[in-house]
Amino acid sequence: MSVSDFFFYLFSAMIIVFGILAVTTKKIFHAAVYLLFTLINVAALYFYLNYEFLAAVQIVVYVGGIVVLILFSLFLTHRISDDMLTPPWYRMLLASLLCLFGFGFSFFLMLAHRFPDISNAPVEMSVHYIGKQMLNYGNGGFVLPFEVVSILLLAALIGSIAIAFKTKAGK
Amino acid sequence: MFYDFSILTSKIHSWLLAHCDSGWTTLLEMVIVGLCVITLFVVLGLIFVYMERKVAAFMQFRLGPNRVGPKGTLQAVADTVKLLMKEGFTPQAADMFLFNLAPFIVLSVSMLALAPLPFAKGLQIYDINIGVFYLSAVSSISVIGILIAGWASNNKYSLLGAMRSGAQIVSYELSAGLSVIAIVAFTGSMSLSDIVESQRTGWWIFKGHIPAVIAFVIFIIAGTAELNRAPFDMAEAESELTGGFHTEYTGMRFAMFFLAEYVNMFVVCAIGATLFLGGWMPLHFGNLEGFNHIMDYVPPFVWFFGKTFFLVWVIMWFRWTFPRLRIDQLLTLEWKYLMPISLVNMIIVAFVVIMKWHF
Repeated sequence: MSVSDFFFYLFSAMIIVFGILAVTTKKIFHAAVYLLFTLINVAALYFYLNYEFLAAVQIVVYVGGIVVLILFSLFLTHRISDDMLTPPWYRMLLASLLCLFGFGFSFFLMLAHRFPDISNAPVEMSVHYIGKQMLNYGNGGFVLPFEVVSILLLAALIGSIAIAFKTKAGK
Repeated sequence: MFYDFSILTSKIHSWLLAHCDSGWTTLLEMVIVGLCVITLFVVLGLIFVYMERKVAAFMQFRLGPNRVGPKGTLQAVADTVKLLMKEGFTPQAADMFLFNLAPFIVLSVSMLALAPLPFAKGLQIYDINIGVFYLSAVSSISVIGILIAGWASNNKYSLLGAMRSGAQIVSYELSAGLSVIAIVAFTGSMSLSDIVESQRTGWWIFKGHIPAVIAFVIFIIAGTAELNRAPFDMAEAESELTGGFHTEYTGMRFAMFFLAEYVNMFVVCAIGATLFLGGWMPLHFGNLEGFNHIMDYVPPFVWFFGKTFFLVWVIMWFRWTFPRLRIDQLLTLEWKYLMPISLVNMIIVAFVVIMKWHF
């Protein structure tokens, strides 16, 4: 096993271990921290694959955005230092059956898939290229999804301002 | 060109390649770089503690540390030894795992942020093509370390300090990022080495006209706020919160927060120096051939550290000049002044770049 392979297996093992810890731990704050480690390791895997832009987006959106939001909302939660309650047995049974089915389904799909043997040099994803594709309205461009997503984001922003807006007393 | 570090680094690289395969070479290089970064950390920590105390003392018309070593230069070393020997105390009701984890997160984030900085010609750990974006991505992790520290201490002051600090860092990241985008628009690249190279004919603060100056001022204000330093030190206001998120930390773990804070200050100032003041590029004036030639003789790393330490001094100067902002003033400054100004500034920069008005 080469050094490169070792790092691949290291990152993958960390993703799996911290993912399992995130759902099995009894303390909700610990779960958030384990989720943080899982997401950082996914970003590390992107760095390993030379997708620097995607890795940085992963860190900005998931680690810097979502995990921080989760932590902030945990601060506002009642009794976060208490242990979580154990769910009833039938719920645990159903959940584990569902997980087993999902695992088996994707596992057999992966076994059946013929991965093509690619041996070209790694592609340098320049930011120029990403930016051009994002605003490209020709064939293979991404301007429509980009604009649709930005309208969705704008609607969400306006909605949150409308909820948080203070109405003057007496009106 | 003189003083090119890439000769040294390529020699080490080829020597390692001759003795082991490429995977092990990368691993060994990572170890070497890690040792260099840790050494830089320690040296920076010692210099900054001494500098902060001396600058503060001179601003307040006193002498500052002057007993340990010549002119008090060994004071920081003595302080470090003292911190090493203190008991690492953990509060009884604290969450042990998270309490011990938080300083490591904060310290490793500031270590990661050093990676894309060009210290001198050819002296850069990782010339990543998304350099500026990488920096803003990595620095967003440090909030998590602070939030974890505040919560795990199980102390009301820590929790309040962490909440304030988190809100402050998250909101000031926006205008810091927007002011950085101005320079990215001028250069047309996010890689820090490209940004330095584009300033060969002049620094962006001169070449970019008034929009670059506005971006620079906003960057310094937002950077100071992100560092939680005075006048934006609501989060650790000694008089009301006893110390903010690190109230319960003692000994080495406190020293790690302290060190991370100073290294973050170095990183912010180094980014400011690289983006706006030309990084390791010497000062050149248009047609003054003789002057430009003399400036070329000053080594690049002297330029880089000179500019960075100048900005560090400016930030220390802020601390003793401006009174602390209240939390509402702090949020008003960001959301009602800096954000709109930097958004408009970004549009002006885009216009200047399209019309090719910059030099």
